Amino acid sequence: MTEKNYLTDDYRLVSWFTTTDHKRIAILYFATLIVFFFIGGAAATLIRLELATPGPDVVSADTYNRLFTMHGIIMVWFFLIPSIPNTLGNFIVPLMIGARDLAFPRLNLASWYLFVLGGCITLYAIFMGGVDTGWTLYTPFSTLYSNSYVSVAVTGIFIAGFSSILTGLNFIVTIHKLRAPGLTWYRLPLFIWTLYATSVILVLATPVLAITLVLLAMERLFGVGIFDPRIGGDPLLFQHLFWFYSHPAVYIMILPGMGVVNELIACYARKKIFGYKFVAWASLAIAAAGFLVWGHHMFVSGQSLTASLVFSFMSFIVAVPSAIKVFNWTATLHKGTIRFDAPMLYALAFVGLFTIGGLTGLFLACLAFDVYATDTYFVIAHFHYIMVGGMVTAYFGGLHYWWPKITGRMYPEYWARGAAILIFFGFNLTFFPQFILGAEGMPRRYHVYAPEFQVWNVLSSGGASILAVAYLLPMFYLGFSLFFGARAPANPWGATGLEWRTSSPPPRLNFDQQPVVTEDPYDYAHAPEPQHV
Amino acid sequence: MSGIRRPKSRIWRPSTDLVLCWIGLLTLLGLTVTLSYQPLASFNFPVAMTIAAIKAGLVAAIFMELRHRSGVVCAFAAAGFFWLAILLWLGLMDFLTRV
Amino acid sequence: MSDTPDIAEHLATRAQRDDVLELGMWTFLSTEVLLFGGLILSYFVYRHADPQAFLAAGRETRIVIGTINTALLLTSSFCVAAALQAAEQGERHATRALLGIAILLGLSFLGLKGLEYVEEYREYLVPGIDFARTGENAHGIELFFIFYFIATLLHGIHVACGIGVLAVFAALATATRASSRYVAGLRTAALYWHFVDLVWIFLFALIYLPGRNS
Repeated sequence: MTEKNYLTDDYRLVSWFTTTDHKRIAILYFATLIVFFFIGGAAATLIRLELATPGPDVVSADTYNRLFTMHGIIMVWFFLIPSIPNTLGNFIVPLMIGARDLAFPRLNLASWYLFVLGGCITLYAIFMGGVDTGWTLYTPFSTLYSNSYVSVAVTGIFIAGFSSILTGLNFIVTIHKLRAPGLTWYRLPLFIWTLYATSVILVLATPVLAITLVLLAMERLFGVGIFDPRIGGDPLLFQHLFWFYSHPAVYIMILPGMGVVNELIACYARKKIFGYKFVAWASLAIAAAGFLVWGHHMFVSGQSLTASLVFSFMSFIVAVPSAIKVFNWTATLHKGTIRFDAPMLYALAFVGLFTIGGLTGLFLACLAFDVYATDTYFVIAHFHYIMVGGMVTAYFGGLHYWWPKITGRMYPEYWARGAAILIFFGFNLTFFPQFILGAEGMPRRYHVYAPEFQVWNVLSSGGASILAVAYLLPMFYLGFSLFFGARAPANPWGATGLEWRTSSPPPRLNFDQQPVVTEDPYDYAHAPEPQHV
Repeated sequence: MSGIRRPKSRIWRPSTDLVLCWIGLLTLLGLTVTLSYQPLASFNFPVAMTIAAIKAGLVAAIFMELRHRSGVVCAFAAAGFFWLAILLWLGLMDFLTRV
Repeated sequence: MSDTPDIAEHLATRAQRDDVLELGMWTFLSTEVLLFGGLILSYFVYRHADPQAFLAAGRETRIVIGTINTALLLTSSFCVAAALQAAEQGERHATRALLGIAILLGLSFLGLKGLEYVEEYREYLVPGIDFARTGENAHGIELFFIFYFIATLLHGIHVACGIGVLAVFAALATATRASSRYVAGLRTAALYWHFVDLVWIFLFALIYLPGRNS
C-alpha cells in the first residue's frame, strides 16, 4: 500500500483538473459521461412515459419534440461517441501498447475541456427551452422555421466535435508511434485495431460535420440561403453533408464496442481469437466502407434513383466485415473453456443484440422495404439494437472487465451478473416490440398514436422501466466496491495483454519498466490462471 | 564576442530546390491566369484545376518535404484527399444523376 | 525555455518526438482537407446547378488582387521553407529574418483581402448583409458569393492563426539555445503554413478563374 499509483500520486483537486495523465483524463470523461447519460436517459424516460397511452397526457406535442431531440443530441454526441473511446480507450490504449501516455497528453486534456464546454453550451440550449428539430437538424426547418435554440445547440455540438477530432488524432499517432518494442501491428490487441478504425472516422468525418454546422448557423443567423430552395439552394445538400459525417459516426458508436467484445470473448473463452487478421482488417473495412453508404438515410428524400441504388448496394457491403466479426466470435467460443463472468454475459448479449441490429439494418438497406419502413419505429428499434444493445452493453462489459485495473478494487460478481441479465431482458422488452410497431406502421416522432398500437407500447414502456433500474444498479454496487471491494491483483482474470502486466491501479507512468513483447496476442494457452473466484 | 561572429560577407542562401520550386510556382500562377483568358471552351476549368493540382503537388513534395518522407507519412497526406474524393464522388453522384 | 527538457517524459527518443509531431500535424491537416471539403462539395453542387451564373460571378471577383495574393502566399511559403532549412543548419538570424518576411507577406495578404471585401460590399455583393443583384443569374451569383465569403473567411482565419504561430517561432529563433526541439516545432508549424497556401491554390482556381474568357 505504500507504493504510489496514479490515483494516490497527488490528492489535490487542482491536480485532477490540470492533469495530463491519460488515466485521470479517462476518469474525468467517465464522470462527465455519467451526467450526460442520465440526462439523456431522463428524456427517454419521459418519452416512454408519454407513449404508455395513445393520447397526449404527459407532455404537449411541442415538448415531446424537444424531448426526443434532446435525447438524440445528448446520447449521440455527448454519450455514445465519446463513451468507449474517451473513457476505456483513453485509459487502456497506452497501457495496452506499453506506452507511458498518449502521444499528446496536453491535447488530451484540452479535448476534455472542449467536450465540457460544448456540453455546457448544449445543455444551456436545452434548459433555455430546447431544440425541436430532431437530432438530425434537417434544413430548411432548422434554419428558416424553427423557433427553438438551434444556433446555441449547434455551437455546442461544433465544439464537442473538435474534442472528438483531437481524441482521434491522439489515438492514431499514439498507435503508430508509441508501441512497445516488439509490439508489431499483428501483435496488437484487437481493441487497438478497432479504436484505430474509430479514430480514422473521427478525424475524417467530424470536420465535415463542423463545416455543415457552420453553414447551418450562417443560414440561420445571417439569412444567407445556402440550403434555401427559394434562391436555388438545395436542402438535400445539407442531408448529404450531414450524413457524410453521421453515418460513419454510427460506426464510431459500434466499432469500439466490437473491440471490447474481442477482449472479453478471448479472455473468458480462454482461447486465441479465431481469424485474428480477418477481425483486425474487418474493423478497418467497416470504417472505410462506412463512408460509402450515407445515402441510405435519404432513400425517400428525393435523391436520384441512381444514387439510391449505389448507396443501397454499398450498404450491403458493410454487412460482410460485420458478419466476419460475428462468425469469428462464435468460432472463438467453439470448444473454448467458457466462464460466465459478468463481462462475458455482456459480451454474449452484445453478439446477439448486434446480430439482430445488423440484420435489420440489411432490411433497411433494401430500397423497397426502406420506403415502407422509413421514419417508423422499425428504424428506431434497429439503431437502438446497435447503439444501446451493442455499444452500451459493450461499454458496461468493458467497464466491469477493466474495473479492477482502473480502480484497484474487485466488483461484486453476483450483483454484476444480475445487472447484466436484467439489462438484457429489459432491453429486449423495450425495443423488440418496436420492431413490430414499426412493421405495423407506427411512425416515429409523434406523441400520440392509434389505439391498436397500445399493447406493444405498454410492453416497451414496461421494459424501459426495467432497463432504467438495470442501468442504475451498477452505479450502486460499483460505487460500493470503490470503498469496500476486495483489493485487485495485477491480473485477476488471467488475461493476456500488457495492461495486465502492471499493478492495479497502475503507477503514474504506467509501467515500472518498459515492457517488451515477444508473443502473439491472445496467447491463452500460456496465460496465467484467473485469480478471482 | 566579435571573435565568434561570422564574417559579414557570408550570406546564408536557401537550397536551389526551394528557389526553383518557388519560381516554378510563380510561373504556373502566371500561366493559369493567362490561360483562363483564352477561349478553350469547356477546357478552361479542367486546365485551371490541373495547374492547381500541379502547384499543390509542388508545395507538398518540396516545401512540405514529402519527397523525403516514408510511405506512412505520404499515406497520411493522401488520406485527406482520398476521403475528399469520396465526398465529392458520392455527393455529386446524386446531383449529376437527377432526372 | 532552456529549462524545459528536450523530450517530454512520456516519450523515449528525439526521433520519436519528431515523428509524433510530424504525424500529428499531418493527421490534423487531413481533417482540415475535409473541413474545406464540405465547402468544395457545395461549390460543385451549385456550379453544376447553375453554370452560367458561376461564370458570371467569377468575373465579378478581383483577379488582380487575387493573383497578387496568390503570389504573396506562394512567396511566404517559400520563405518558411527556407527558414526551416536555415534553422536546420543553425543559421538562426536567417531563420528569424525569413520568418519575419513570411509574416509580413501574410499580413499583406490579409490586408488585400480586407480591401477586396470592402470593394465587394460597395458593389452590393455580400449575401445576408447587403446583396442587390437582379437578373436571371442573380440567385446563382448569390450562392457563389456565399461560398466565396465563407471559404475565404475560413481561410483567412487559418492565415491569421498561421501568422500567430510563425510570430512565436520568429521570436524564439534567436532567444533560445539552438535545439532540435525548436527545429521539430518549426517543421510542424511550416507544414501548417504550407497547407494554408495549398488550400488557397485551389480556392484561387475555383473563385477567380471562372468566366474570364467571355
